[in-house]
Amino acid sequence: MTMTEEAVDHRAEGRAAKRLGVHECELFLLHEARLLDEGKFDDWLALFTPDARYWVPSEPDQASPLDTVSLIYDDRQLLETRVRRLASPRIYSQEPRSRTSRIVTNVSIEEDADAAFTLVRSKFMLIEFRRNEQRLFGGTSFHRLTVAGGDIKIAWKRVDLVNCDGPMDGIVVPF
Amino acid sequence: MRHAMVEDIVSLVKPASVHRSLYDDPAIFALELECVFGSAWIYVGHESQVRSPGDYFCTQIGRKPIVVVRGPDGALHVLHNQCAHRGAMVVALDKGRTDEFQCCYHGWTYHLDGRLKAVPLQHGYPSGFDPKSPSMAMLHVARVSSYRGFIFVNQSTDGPSLEDWLGYMTTSLDDMVDRAPDGEIEVAGGVFKHTYNGNWKLYLENLLDAAHPWFTHRSSIDAAQQQSDDAFTDGAGEIAIRQMRQNGAPYSFWESQVGIWTYPNGHSYLGDYHDDKKLVAALNDPIFRDYMETMEKKKGKDETKRIMEVRRWNSNVYPNLSFMSQFQQLRVIHPLAVDRTLVCTYSFKLRGAPERMFHNTIRFANVVNGTGSLVLTDDLEIYNRIGLGISSEGAEWLQIGRGFQSDVPDEHGGRRGKNSTSEVYIRNMFDAWVGYMGTAGAPRQRARVESVPA
Repeated sequence: MTMTEEAVDHRAEGRAAKRLGVHECELFLLHEARLLDEGKFDDWLALFTPDARYWVPSEPDQASPLDTVSLIYDDRQLLETRVRRLASPRIYSQEPRSRTSRIVTNVSIEEDADAAFTLVRSKFMLIEFRRNEQRLFGGTSFHRLTVAGGDIKIAWKRVDLVNCDGPMDGIVVPF
Repeated sequence: MRHAMVEDIVSLVKPASVHRSLYDDPAIFALELECVFGSAWIYVGHESQVRSPGDYFCTQIGRKPIVVVRGPDGALHVLHNQCAHRGAMVVALDKGRTDEFQCCYHGWTYHLDGRLKAVPLQHGYPSGFDPKSPSMAMLHVARVSSYRGFIFVNQSTDGPSLEDWLGYMTTSLDDMVDRAPDGEIEVAGGVFKHTYNGNWKLYLENLLDAAHPWFTHRSSIDAAQQQSDDAFTDGAGEIAIRQMRQNGAPYSFWESQVGIWTYPNGHSYLGDYHDDKKLVAALNDPIFRDYMETMEKKKGKDETKRIMEVRRWNSNVYPNLSFMSQFQQLRVIHPLAVDRTLVCTYSFKLRGAPERMFHNTIRFANVVNGTGSLVLTDDLEIYNRIGLGISSEGAEWLQIGRGFQSDVPDEHGGRRGKNSTSEVYIRNMFDAWVGYMGTAGAPRQRARVESVPA
């Protein structure tokens, strides 16, 4: 996979130069998946660093979020707005709410040029049920994790859907 | 029951209401593909997608697969994507470059202009078999025409030329191209493909609807209005949040500042919504300033001023195209079934503009056309809900009468709403619809509609 300049440019001062082990990364990813399944989006948002990016490309092997459209590409401002909207009683695309079930697996630690981060690769499957329809998503996630104030934080997350360039109805609940 | 009353399809459109069967009757849908999509000019793509000889891309007219290809002599061909032998779809990839097309079934091979080039085992065919016969080919769509790089096809040999049919809407297409300092634009930055369980007409009907954002998009308006500007942004959030806040303009804004214009053949645009100050754009943005300087250098101050003062939001070219010149967005509507629609959204790069201008185009595409957009997802919900609602036994006649009887004539041969919340553009599309359905296919359509079981 290709890292964008965006992804490597934002290392805050004072982040621990500590590589995380695969087991603690896996526990963290399972925790994240559970927060999303339980609709605890504020808690999910709190997992991200203040300068984080959250990215779901529209093409396989997409090199950059800047010159090609993305299913989702959020900086912190947009991610906060996204999560706030999810709590709105007038979010009609979540009336009724989706129910989701995620499986996260095949966790591995990838090479990362920057010692302040641990790059984690994992596979996921997500079943989303809403109204009369069940949708199945699957793909590969990349989390760039760091440790801040003793907690693991997501500095950058990329979700590559296997059907990223296929036709689909809207995506409201994040991956 | 509801089909039994369908005696004359044209009577299903009244001046200020339409019958709901126009959105859920499969027989009417089949007729639309034949009469509307069969007689109107249909947008299929842009010349920048087939720049060099051998370049091709695949798309569809309604549900029919076609291939658009640049021949070795530079000529543009639009072919039905079907082998003349056993009917298999010949070209299977979305796009590419080739010097011939070959069917994977029995190896029939075609020139890029559709003529048959080679047939294996030719000796085995009957004596009358003539591989040079015009019907032994990947057949051409009846007419192909480009306006400033925008490629349209027409399945009917009769009818107006593309330019006559576009009429005053050529000025909206001009606006797409004129904003490029080098006078050329190109498709770039990928494509969004959206589907919904609703009728194709709903999409164009929503794109100029100035009365819905304040309500439908309430969740993203509220969330954006409450968003702190201090949180980190790399530009993506900034442009998205600006747009979402703008959607929260009160009704009084829409009724006094924004206008809606309609023209013959169902075309229309919403204008004066944004100027470049509110949008891209802020004139103090250094990238936009560079762009303006480049424009003035290449086109002169007066011409640049004229171009920048064209302030159109969405322009709809009926029945399958909508585009937005200030952010170089273009959507193509593909009707798949009476209650199933595919919409593909493209972005364009302005030749000669600063590279980073295109980043704004992409950011804007993500917020207004993105699959995970905080805005578009509520529009898709509306299309799905209309699909569901219309399948009920509720009111038979749907209202399209807002602003009715207060429309005013337009100096370029159209008519405009008294203000932007007028549904004049929907009435205008149905006027065109009646024209296509009521004349071209009248004798056949009556027989077919009556054959639908009650």
